[in-house]
Amino acid sequence: MAVTRRQFMKVSAAGLAASSVGALGFAGAGDALAAGVRPFKLERATETRNTCPYCSVSCGVLIYSMGDKSKNAKSSIIHIEGDPDHPVSRGTLCPRGAAALDFVKSPLRLKYPMHRKPGSEKFERVTWDFALDRIATLMKDDRDKNFIAKNRDGVTVNRWLTTGFFGTSAQSNEAGYLVYKLARSTGILALENQARI
Amino acid sequence: MTNSWNDIKNADVILVMGGNAAEAHPCGFKWVTEAKSNNGAKLVVVDPRFTRSAAVADMYAPLRPGTDIAFLSGVMRYLLANNKIHADYVKAFTNASYIVKEGYGFQDGLFSGYDQARKAYTDRSGWDYEFDEQGMAKVDDTLQHPRCVLNLLKAHVERYTPEMVERICGTPKAKFLQVCELMATTANGERSMTSMYALGWTQHTTGAQNIRSMAMIQLLLGNMGVPGGGVNALRGHANVQGITDLALLSTSTPGYLVLPTDREPTYADYMKSRGFKPIRPGQTSFWQNYPKFFVSQQKAFFGAAATKDNDWAYEYLPKFDASYDTLKIVDMMAAGQMNGLFAQGLNILLAAPDKAKVQSGLAKLKWLVVIDPLETETARFWENHGEFHNANPKSIQTEVIQLPANAFAEDEGSFTNSSRVIQWHWKAADGPGESRSDIQIMSELFSRLRALYAKNGGAYPDPILKLTWNYTNPTNPDPAEVLKEINGYAIEDLPDPADANRVVLRAGQLLPAFAMMRDDGKTAGGCWIYTGVYTEAGNMAMRRDASDPTGKGVHANWGFAWPANRRVLYNRASADASGKPWSERKKYVWWNGTRWTGADVPDYAPTVAPERGVGPFIMNHEGTARLFSRAAMADGPFPEHYEPMDAYIANPLHPKVSTNPITRVFAADAKAFGTPDKFPIVATTYRLTEHFHYWTKSVHGNAVLQPELFVEIGERLAKAKGIKDTDWVEISSQRGTIKAKACVTKRLRPIMVDGKPCDVIGLPIHYGFIGLTRKGYATNVLTPPVGDISVNTPEYKAFLVDVKKTTAPAQPAVA
Repeated sequence: MAVTRRQFMKVSAAGLAASSVGALGFAGAGDALAAGVRPFKLERATETRNTCPYCSVSCGVLIYSMGDKSKNAKSSIIHIEGDPDHPVSRGTLCPRGAAALDFVKSPLRLKYPMHRKPGSEKFERVTWDFALDRIATLMKDDRDKNFIAKNRDGVTVNRWLTTGFFGTSAQSNEAGYLVYKLARSTGILALENQARI
Repeated sequence: MTNSWNDIKNADVILVMGGNAAEAHPCGFKWVTEAKSNNGAKLVVVDPRFTRSAAVADMYAPLRPGTDIAFLSGVMRYLLANNKIHADYVKAFTNASYIVKEGYGFQDGLFSGYDQARKAYTDRSGWDYEFDEQGMAKVDDTLQHPRCVLNLLKAHVERYTPEMVERICGTPKAKFLQVCELMATTANGERSMTSMYALGWTQHTTGAQNIRSMAMIQLLLGNMGVPGGGVNALRGHANVQGITDLALLSTSTPGYLVLPTDREPTYADYMKSRGFKPIRPGQTSFWQNYPKFFVSQQKAFFGAAATKDNDWAYEYLPKFDASYDTLKIVDMMAAGQMNGLFAQGLNILLAAPDKAKVQSGLAKLKWLVVIDPLETETARFWENHGEFHNANPKSIQTEVIQLPANAFAEDEGSFTNSSRVIQWHWKAADGPGESRSDIQIMSELFSRLRALYAKNGGAYPDPILKLTWNYTNPTNPDPAEVLKEINGYAIEDLPDPADANRVVLRAGQLLPAFAMMRDDGKTAGGCWIYTGVYTEAGNMAMRRDASDPTGKGVHANWGFAWPANRRVLYNRASADASGKPWSERKKYVWWNGTRWTGADVPDYAPTVAPERGVGPFIMNHEGTARLFSRAAMADGPFPEHYEPMDAYIANPLHPKVSTNPITRVFAADAKAFGTPDKFPIVATTYRLTEHFHYWTKSVHGNAVLQPELFVEIGERLAKAKGIKDTDWVEISSQRGTIKAKACVTKRLRPIMVDGKPCDVIGLPIHYGFIGLTRKGYATNVLTPPVGDISVNTPEYKAFLVDVKKTTAPAQPAVA
């Protein structure tokens, strides 16, 4: 039988009555104590293994969410803590990682695509379709106008210098690889990430 | 890191310099604590500020910001002058005995080949070895030749006496010598020293050479490739290592291959300029495999469109004529040469130096796309936030599109940590509102762009139309599918080289190792160093076996470390030339009579016997490590101390060449640098334990812990300026002025530089005009828009300012 860490804790709590406390002659008190232990609020939560998003120690984290990940149940994250199995972090988190739940739940999280027109004093909500079509069009217009197929010496260089891409160092390898493919296939050379800054 | 977080526990001496792991990497710092308590290790901290790393150190030495090379060159001088080097290691495994050309020279701060008019080393041909008729480097095993590397190094560092170190760095001579003596205790193979550094070394106009200096010390001490040794970069973001590996860098392609330049019009030219032939008899020169990695990468990118006949779609790759790094991008924006910009999870308005320049650049863009989980200053650069950020929206014509991205908990994929270990993470919940994953955003955007080109044509559509994007769901690929492409696979059945009738891998099967990659188009793989992460046995990044059978902190079945699941790079050097471990204590990888074995995957051909004399540094043409770096570095084959661009003193070594003579200064920045007559105080920037970049100011718990920008000022300076704790202080540099609250502290004390006391102040970054913290000025208003010449990392860590007492900001300070 696979025993999860939480089940193990529960078994240990129950065992308290039969063992140490019991041995001291407080068997009744032990029963009362075991009965008084509040069930872990995480007991029914779904545990997901993840990595702290901040520094490159990359501490293991366990994310607890309500909902069982079935198709029509929306998960909601209720708790994040260090992963005690992780060989580097061994369950520890620093003040940044320890507040990771507050990042997930930050009131400053972006929820919708927004658009700010030239000279405007505000962002306006737009659809994903509008935003993505608009970006693709802006990219194509600029690329078609400014693409450099050959340099002054007639050497084929196929580059596009008037658009740049600062990629995030917080994305997964897989997302970053797709950024690379997209950027380089268009000829973008001004491609950077947070490594130097 | 050449080694790993866990490996730090094997160290006997730990040098924290150019970083502050106790505060910036607290959970990794536990391995320092482990080494101290269970391995008797001594911790040395060298830092301008008495940090929390210093607070638990056995030895602390202060130095002036931007003088690390002087300090480290002084260490090298001490080791060489007192014969405290690991002689057998140096002789067998470094280029100490190689004879350098007569054309090499160094005088008055300049290496040979300098062109005064162009401010560049236009002739670096002298920065190389003498070669014989067979193209082999000449050596003198007796180390007597006056131009052998060791003797040139001795001559080069001779000027860095303890007195000179004290004069430049302000480190008291006695303290400096104590540090040297402690480091020297590891020059024997019985003990090892690790070096832990971060942005405190990289963010200087001499950044790359700071790290080289340390690598040279580790070679002299014989500490490369051994447990508890190495040169270990403690990196920033959770996946900055992976994103660097995958080359979101202006001149790279994944796996540290290099994009072609204008000087390489054809694939043949490109390969020609990569002369990877060994330059010592019998050496591996592993980069000889470059064509296999490059061709496989082009096959991964362009599939059937990359053929032998079209030079593997060589023309699909853009060629570069200059580095388009962050500083250059900002300079082009400010000059009106950029029309569009993507800022994906990178708050460039606050993160780049010289905020005024960035702000003017953003306002000149036609369009800006911001992709982020959080509100950022960059997305709202056009808003007016008074003295914290003065802008007039009506006059700013930049169109801005802001896209909501998922956070780490809301998507699936792999991150690569500082130890090069690739680890998978799983999705816990959907993101808020309509937020989407970066994978989905990129894929949806690409599919639209491709559709436009397919329908309407346009400038050179071929690479866009031919780019492989054959994922099961092309607008939202499964990350596992993408990792398989990064890993690589066989395109056709691969025959066994020993037996043509046998097939070692069927078409479509995943490559188990980069050794299987081919230059004939039969294999594809996006990033050769990641090969092995996703094989027919499954996704190795998902492995979670934490066991460590040898007790050396290897954890070989946890995730997958690139390359080849190797946890300590160059580990063959943990054994002597005959393949025997240097000592029982440091036994790690050795020759057992028939093959290399040990705690880790050997960084070496597994069955090549030691008698064959193949060097452990197989990535170099020589097979040995370079104390003299030939022409690999832009600014010299040996490190040299140059003052920061905001120079506090004239360089005592060569006052006429005070700063790095080939520093790239853009025309627009000719007047961007300050002088000590106007700005007599040295400033440095740093990060707080409670914050991460410009990110956690929008996170409640962190905003509560560190709610407001402050400036650390030493007691002497505070008294002289009449500043008390919590007073408002105005800090100005040649670039601009900010206000911050004073934190008067004993952590920063004046140091005696060139005979007079030098005050240093410290400024955290992290604050801006958006967030749950109080509104604050951007610290990067003050920093100079200039960087290291080899890799263009900005000089955030050493610049000149003045301070004075002032009044509180007029604006309401709640963001």
